[in-house]
Amino acid sequence: MANEVVDHGRRRFLTAATAVVGGVGVVSVAVPFIKSWEPSARAKAAGAPVTQSLAKIESGQQLIVGWRSLPVFIVNRTKDQLATLPTQDSRLVDPKSDGSSAQQQPKYAQNETRSIKPEWLVMIGICTHLGCVPGYVGEMKPEPFDPNWKGGYYCPCHHSRYDLAGRVYQGVPAPKNMQIPPYHFIDDTTIQIGVDPKGAA
Amino acid sequence: MANVFTNIGDWVGDRAPGLAPFYRKHMTEYYAPKNFNLWYYFGVLAIVVLVNQILTGIFLTMNYNPSAAGAFDSVQYIMRDVEWGWLIRYMHSTGASLFFVVVFLHMFRGLMYGSYKKPREMVWLLGMLIFLVLMAEAFMGYVLPWGNMSFWGAKVIISLFGTIPVIGSTLVEWIMGDFLPADATLNRFFALHVIALPIVLLLLVVLHIFALHEVGSNNPDGVDIKHGPKGNRWDATKPADGVPFHPYYTVHDLVGIGFLLLIAAFIIFFAPTFGGWFLEHDNSIMANNLVTPAEIKPVWYFTPFYAIVRMIPSLFGTAVWGVLAMFGAIAVLFLFPWFDRGQVKSIRYRGTGYKVALGVFVIAFLGLGAVGAGITAEVIPEWFGNVDLTTWENAFGRLMTLLYFGFFAFLWAYTHFGWEKTKPVPDRVTMHD
Repeated sequence: MANEVVDHGRRRFLTAATAVVGGVGVVSVAVPFIKSWEPSARAKAAGAPVTQSLAKIESGQQLIVGWRSLPVFIVNRTKDQLATLPTQDSRLVDPKSDGSSAQQQPKYAQNETRSIKPEWLVMIGICTHLGCVPGYVGEMKPEPFDPNWKGGYYCPCHHSRYDLAGRVYQGVPAPKNMQIPPYHFIDDTTIQIGVDPKGAA
Repeated sequence: MANVFTNIGDWVGDRAPGLAPFYRKHMTEYYAPKNFNLWYYFGVLAIVVLVNQILTGIFLTMNYNPSAAGAFDSVQYIMRDVEWGWLIRYMHSTGASLFFVVVFLHMFRGLMYGSYKKPREMVWLLGMLIFLVLMAEAFMGYVLPWGNMSFWGAKVIISLFGTIPVIGSTLVEWIMGDFLPADATLNRFFALHVIALPIVLLLLVVLHIFALHEVGSNNPDGVDIKHGPKGNRWDATKPADGVPFHPYYTVHDLVGIGFLLLIAAFIIFFAPTFGGWFLEHDNSIMANNLVTPAEIKPVWYFTPFYAIVRMIPSLFGTAVWGVLAMFGAIAVLFLFPWFDRGQVKSIRYRGTGYKVALGVFVIAFLGLGAVGAGITAEVIPEWFGNVDLTTWENAFGRLMTLLYFGFFAFLWAYTHFGWEKTKPVPDRVTMHD
């Protein structure tokens, strides 16, 4: 053995080949462990549509319902509140929801009020910054965080502000308007969240 | 009797010949500079707190129930029904905050005396890794009681990763194992908090100390005792200005440990929540995924970094900038040895510019902490009356952010272009013989 000439090329090849095969093995073994962190089948299954009556929501009031464990804001907006929406356009990031927020609502809610019926706002109450639930500050009066406040949402986490259609103001950390979930009216006073209206894509 | 012990000692020594030399290298023959001052207590105090966290943590797991349904109740059970459970939990929660107190002071010591400089860069890097793991460990531990602040803290911190373009939302679901923090999240955080991260932390602490013992300790004069005169009372070849770590510094450190325990005991017995700073009031309410607490803020030790996220607005339709800045604020700390090109280590002999800049850096860090903790939101209306709070707070917070990062730019320019006027450094530590 001692007298045999060492074939360095062969040795390098074998070392490299062993390392590569071993590396593939390590990566393959890592896959199930990494995949085990994904939402489980049970977590994925818990996402049925929710039906909610609107009959008892007074004008100017907000109701929060849970859908897929997410808070959904349902607001019966007053005439005054609706009238302020167009006045805020110049202070918003994406007033028409067709720029950075184009994907934040179904097509049938891509309008000034971001809703199917103007007075009824149905919106996932999750701040688009880091996922907190913004507070409903519906009254149109000066607030410590904004002397020209015209009603809307104020996030306690990083102080992002939205108007009463969930459209984000300029100069706050949140980048997009809040998301509108798929929903439709079963009758005049009942909505179902999680299902598009018939005929809508 | 003495014979029996000698025999046992010899028996072990024969079978583990490296043990006694190892002990001597790190304890009785590790020569530390004799001029250590108060600032040199915090390393050993961090170890004491770490031991406390591990010990109390083990006992907490014995009664804690890691599930979304049971976690909150099991913490209340520990507090009310388990014999001395309240003490063990308060020791753990107070220890978490004190850990950051001593680590922040320990790090500041490094900045003052240039302990991160050649040849101790590796010590600094390992220390920064410890800091990083410690933050992850603290965050996950904070989630475990499953109060409302735990829940929303988890949501916000995990959502930081959601701002990464393209893969963000998938990554967030992967971390949470659900579409919001839930049972799966709590369970994996428990596993990481009690097993994975403590193992990493312990390994890093050992490496940190080994790396230190390779190059030797720095001191308040910033002169290397290895380059000074040789020969001391114990060894003619060892530094004249060094004393054996054991028994000199072990005994010396006992005094500091005594003070730490005194302060800790005071907090544990008289102010365990520390007025909402160590344990937040909103966390006494069970996690509720539909209601965000009115004032959400992290525990005090994260507030400076949290403020940076808040101060940076979204640009180009993404909120990733604030998150990048926050991680950047930690990343620049890693790079201290390379920002600072100055040859003089200790602040005692450095230029006035460095002293001022370090002071400004501390003010920026504390100022950001005040923004993150909501102190500015309280005092601005109080001091300045009815002003636009958002504008004022943003102006202040952004100035502090600028100063924080500006410190590193200044430090590099100041030392790179030779603007620093240093004082002469003595040949050996100023406190000898």
